[in-house]
Amino acid sequence: MGKRVAKEVSIAVADAVAQCRVDVIAAYPITPQTHIVEHLSELVNNGELDAEFVTVESEHAALSVCIGASATGVRTFTSTAAQGLLFMYECLFIASALRLPIVMVVANRSVSAPISIWNDHGDIMTMRDAGWIQTFSENGQEAVDLVYHAYRVAEKAMLPVAVNLDGFIVTHVVEPIELLDQELVDRYIPPYRPKYKLDPKNPITVGAIGVPEIYTEARKALDVALENSYRTIVQAWKDFEKISGRKYQPVETYRMEDAEVGMVIMGSLTETAMNAVDKLREEGKKVGLLRFRLWRPFPYRDFLRAIGKVKSLVVVDRALSHGSTGGPVGIEIRSALYQSNKRPKIVNFVAGLAGRDVTVEDFIEMFEKGYTYMTKKAPFFYEIYGVKE
Amino acid sequence: MIEIRLHGRGGQGAVTSAELIAVAAIHQGLYAQAFPSFGPERRGAPVQAFARISNTYIRTRERIYHPDVILVLDPSLPKLVKVTDGLKEGGVAILNSHHSEEEVRKMLGGYQGKLALVDATKIALEELGVPITNTTMLGALVKAIDLIEINYLEEAVRARFGKLADKNIKALRRAMEETQIYG
Repeated sequence: MGKRVAKEVSIAVADAVAQCRVDVIAAYPITPQTHIVEHLSELVNNGELDAEFVTVESEHAALSVCIGASATGVRTFTSTAAQGLLFMYECLFIASALRLPIVMVVANRSVSAPISIWNDHGDIMTMRDAGWIQTFSENGQEAVDLVYHAYRVAEKAMLPVAVNLDGFIVTHVVEPIELLDQELVDRYIPPYRPKYKLDPKNPITVGAIGVPEIYTEARKALDVALENSYRTIVQAWKDFEKISGRKYQPVETYRMEDAEVGMVIMGSLTETAMNAVDKLREEGKKVGLLRFRLWRPFPYRDFLRAIGKVKSLVVVDRALSHGSTGGPVGIEIRSALYQSNKRPKIVNFVAGLAGRDVTVEDFIEMFEKGYTYMTKKAPFFYEIYGVKE
Repeated sequence: MIEIRLHGRGGQGAVTSAELIAVAAIHQGLYAQAFPSFGPERRGAPVQAFARISNTYIRTRERIYHPDVILVLDPSLPKLVKVTDGLKEGGVAILNSHHSEEEVRKMLGGYQGKLALVDATKIALEELGVPITNTTMLGALVKAIDLIEINYLEEAVRARFGKLADKNIKALRRAMEETQIYG
């Protein structure tokens, strides 16, 4: 068994990254950053981690360094949030299309303007179409576990992985976390041996021009790779359960067995929402909760199975898709349902923007809205929750 | 579950205090969370930090609105901030103060509940040579709430402060002895 430690989650995440024996870390060490890369720089400086720590001039350069390094066949890491992620944007699509197994931890935060440093999913939702595998954690333990998982998956699927954890609400909290023993980590994440790499002795071209005759095929290849990564992802969680005893699934459920109103939420607010579920269950209301552990590739079948026979589904988005018909998760779910025979009413809220607290009472109110929308005639619903007017 | 809100001034180490509480509780085998108030902080300005301790997994990420315990590191804060705001009935207010019980109750706007007082600034000046009370006040916390064992707290202080640990532990122990509990 691993060691139970009391650590700030960012520090524990950095320790897990170090346990994965990364070779190159590139980061832009200024706001918005977390203690993750700060602690990694300490580990490298103290000689506790044999890696190259490259302090770059921007987030754009941070991911560019990871891309270059990864192409030479070494294990890479970077971490960012909010504006930093946006500044990386063009490189995101390059990393995935070049099939580079970079692991990035995103400490989810809102994007400016207004200037904000607080938590929501406004940053990560902008990269949902970037071809990266994307997983979400709800607490420090899950964040650490998803880091281990990310390296195993990335190098098998040859795709970059973004591990998400909520900025501040999780990153800055001291809580109990169990790190795997190094021996287990080494077994779970064997040395990285890429099929192709940049090597002067055996030259290849990486990132060549994609003329109209091959661009479509190259992008299709990425799309297929992402779709196929689903099995690798699930298998890696099964393997992880064997060594840690902790079980993870693409769609996690809580008291959904006989639920008539379900809620969908991602990230750390899930834990608070569970308390709302328990309270309503005590009153005899059949409510349940589900959340996407895996967001990309979108676990379509798991989702349809998980919703069971709910009559309405309260989708709590943590980000906006301006000018659209819902939040990013709400839109995705409506689209997924259209292909099936299931027709629960969708009650789509956007809540908890920029760290605004969402309490048990708030979740209960949202569930109650779900109850009023159980009828077939219920109109279209999309609302930003709790706006002060 | 016990929820603790710490009041200090930026730079006084309220966040460190909260972290030490959580680290000690976790090493003791309990569950705990510690977190700062998420926002810009300025040296000298009133700040808050938070801790939760429980026998079971803490499944919430809500802010703390109704603490069971408030721990006030700086003696001048009650004049500026309503430190007892939201304090649960049956909760305890732990303050660094050289004033009498009556004076403090009056300063807290006629607060009637359980009170724990210690002149932590005096102890810190004598033991550490600086008026930084974040570790000293942990002694008062140990005395006021029967939950964290002193040896785990000492261990946490030792891991955090290295060479300065002995002095801090001495201040903490002295505060534990000198803390007076009322009501």
